[in-house]
Amino acid sequence: MTMRWISGFGHFWYDFIVGDSVVLAAGGVGVLLLGALLVGVGATPAAEVMLPLAVGVTLAVSLRGTGPPSS
Amino acid sequence: MSTATILLITASFLASAVEMVEALTIVLAVSLTRGWKIALLGAGAGLACLAIIVATLGPSLVRVVPLRGLQVVIGALLLIFGLQWLRKAVLRASGRTALHDEDLAFRREVAELAGTGSATAFDWTGFVVAFKGVFLEGLEVAFIVLTLSAHAGRFGPSTAGAIAAFVLVGGAGLVVHRPLSRVPENGIKFGVGVALTSFGTFWSGEGIGITWTLGDVMLPLFIVFYAVLALLLARWLGEPHTPRLRAQPIGGE
Repeated sequence: MTMRWISGFGHFWYDFIVGDSVVLAAGGVGVLLLGALLVGVGATPAAEVMLPLAVGVTLAVSLRGTGPPSS
Repeated sequence: MSTATILLITASFLASAVEMVEALTIVLAVSLTRGWKIALLGAGAGLACLAIIVATLGPSLVRVVPLRGLQVVIGALLLIFGLQWLRKAVLRASGRTALHDEDLAFRREVAELAGTGSATAFDWTGFVVAFKGVFLEGLEVAFIVLTLSAHAGRFGPSTAGAIAAFVLVGGAGLVVHRPLSRVPENGIKFGVGVALTSFGTFWSGEGIGITWTLGDVMLPLFIVFYAVLALLLARWLGEPHTPRLRAQPIGGE
């Protein structure tokens, strides 16, 4: 019973965070780490611009493979 | 009533209203996509936890609760979750994935319920998203009220301002819920993806130490930016609103 609950709990968070695109989960975390790094070295204005742009790039990259129409 | 009191009420009202509108947006998004019961349950649980924390810690809340840490965790989760929705909405709008077939979804749901004999599956996803939104925004309202009260040396005016904002924003939510529920499903999901991604960017940015130059004005700017980007991506991927595939199994959002 406990194992089933733990398994269900883990499954819920995996679905919630990773879903069907690991690129979004990894990209989201990576973007925030990069932002924190920029803030850490005092480049806060750069982080402010980078964050939404990098999120946009992550979204675009996650769609790679679904591809544009061939004709 | 003195000018200082009026200013205190107004400041608390406006600042609280901004935070409450943000919470309302998330609760409405959950309500429209996952059902109003789970949205209210999540929001209610968020408010209850908030009430316990505020009642327990009182004015020392500002010193004890690590708001930045919460902003990073909740912001990151919302950002990733919002991006997942947005990705699916872009794929649907471009025709790469089938738009939801409501009749098919309904028949499948009925069949599943008949098969399992259980109609009590709890929607944790809807619950967690509504809970997080209300909890974090409510915490920010509590910070605003406590900070203003500490500066003024009294609780009354800033608490009154926050309560007035709660009544007004809550009432607005009741009014706009019905018209919003008539918007096509994929349009709603597109909007929810954009909104969650924008809130996630804003909060996680604050959490990692960014002080947004334009403050809360950045939120609508993010919404416009992500909406335009998503529409451009959908256009790049295919003809908007022209499903290329047959209806697929309905799963999650």
